[in-house]
Amino acid sequence: MTAKATPAKKVIATTSLAGCFGCHMSLLDIDERLFDLIELVDFNKSPLDDIKEFTKECDIGLVEGGCSNDENVHVLTEFRKHCRTLVAVGECAIMGGLPALRNLMPLKDCLDEAYRNGPTVADSNPQQILPHDPDLPKLLDRVYPCHEVVSIDYFLPGCPPSADLIWDALVALVSGNELALEYRTFKFD
Amino acid sequence: MASFVRITLDDRVYLAEEGAQLVAAAKECGVYIPTLCNYPGIPPKGACRICTVLVNGIPHTACTTKVVEDMNVVTTTPELEAFRTSIVEILLAEGNHFCPICERSGNCELQALAYRYRVPVSSFPYLFPTRDVEAWHPKLIKDHNRCIQCKRCIRGIHNAKGQAIFAFGKRGDKVVINIDRETSRDISDELAQQAMDICPVGAILRKGKGFDTPIGRRTYDHAPIGSEVAP
Repeated sequence: MTAKATPAKKVIATTSLAGCFGCHMSLLDIDERLFDLIELVDFNKSPLDDIKEFTKECDIGLVEGGCSNDENVHVLTEFRKHCRTLVAVGECAIMGGLPALRNLMPLKDCLDEAYRNGPTVADSNPQQILPHDPDLPKLLDRVYPCHEVVSIDYFLPGCPPSADLIWDALVALVSGNELALEYRTFKFD
Repeated sequence: MASFVRITLDDRVYLAEEGAQLVAAAKECGVYIPTLCNYPGIPPKGACRICTVLVNGIPHTACTTKVVEDMNVVTTTPELEAFRTSIVEILLAEGNHFCPICERSGNCELQALAYRYRVPVSSFPYLFPTRDVEAWHPKLIKDHNRCIQCKRCIRGIHNAKGQAIFAFGKRGDKVVINIDRETSRDISDELAQQAMDICPVGAILRKGKGFDTPIGRRTYDHAPIGSEVAP
C-alpha cells in the first residue's frame, strides 16, 4: 500500500524512570525496522533524541521503570498529561521490577547500607551523612508500579520486552489495529 | 475392575473411568483443565480453585471432583476464564514474584498460567509483603516470597519413614510452609530434587542449583501450559 496522501505522523515520547534503559535498548533492537519506524512516527521528549521537555502533545508515551523518587512521579505525571496513550513498558514499569526489591525492607535500612554501614563506605563517611542536597530527588517510601501513580492504557511485559513485542505494539498503536499478543513474545523475563 | 461411564465435556461425549479424578479423566480425553495446586499422584486439595469448571451447571473444583455417570462438564466459558485470570492476578499481587531474577522462571506454573491467560499486570494492588528466605537447611532453600501455599510439598514429599518434611507454620494470613527440622534432617539429594520439582513456583530450591536451562529451552518458552494435553 503506497497511499500518497500521508496522514500526519504519530508522535512518540519515551522515558526511563526507575529502570535500567534495557527497555530502550530493546526498542533499538528492532534493528532495520528503525527505518520503518521513523517513517511512521516522530519522536518528541525522549532520551533517544535528547529532547528534555515536551514541545507538543504526543500520541504515544512509552514509560520504562517504576516510580522510586519524586522526580519519577513528576515525569510520569507529565507523560500522562501530554500523551494520549500511555504504555508501561517492562517489568519495572508494570510491577516495580528489581528496584522494588527494596520494598521488602525499610528505606532507612537501604540508605544505611548504601551510605553508612556498607563495606565500601563505612570508612569513607565518618560523619555518617546521608545525601540531602535539595537538587537530589527525594526517595519515596517504596517503589510504585506506574499504574498505581497514574492511569496506564497498555502494558508490555518482559525484562526487557522483546523487540518484536515492542514493534508489534507500536505498529498496532500507530495503525489503530488491535495488538495480537503472541505467546512467543509474551514473557516476564 | 474399573467401569467406564459416559460423561460430557464441553458438549462432546466421552467414556471415562468412574470415580476417577475429573482433571485426570479430562486429560485422558484430551481436554485441558488448568491446575496449580493439583499434582498427579498426590491427594487433591482444592486450594487454588483455578480448576473450577461447571458440573451440571454448578461450579466445582475439578481436582476434587470424581467422575460420575452422565455428568455434564463445561470447562471453558468467558466467566470461568475471567475467574481463572483473577486467581492468577491475586497470586501475582499477593506475593513477591520477581520473575526476571527467579531460578524457576520459564519453568514456573504460575508464570505459565499468566502467559496462557495473557496477564501482563495484576489488577489488584501489589502488596510487597515482608517475608523471609530460609536457608538453614543443608540441601534446600525455602523462599517464602514466592510461596503460593498450594501445599503440594506438604502432601507430596515424605522422608524414608513416610513423614512429611514440609509443615505449616503460623496461622491465618501469616501462614507459611516451613521445612520441618526433624523429618528433613537426612533427606537424600534425590528427595531434595523432588521437593524442588513438586513446587509449582520457585519457593523451594535445591542449594547449589541455579539457572541451568538456557532461555529458549525451558518448559514454557514456546508453548502454553496445557498444550501438552490439548494443543
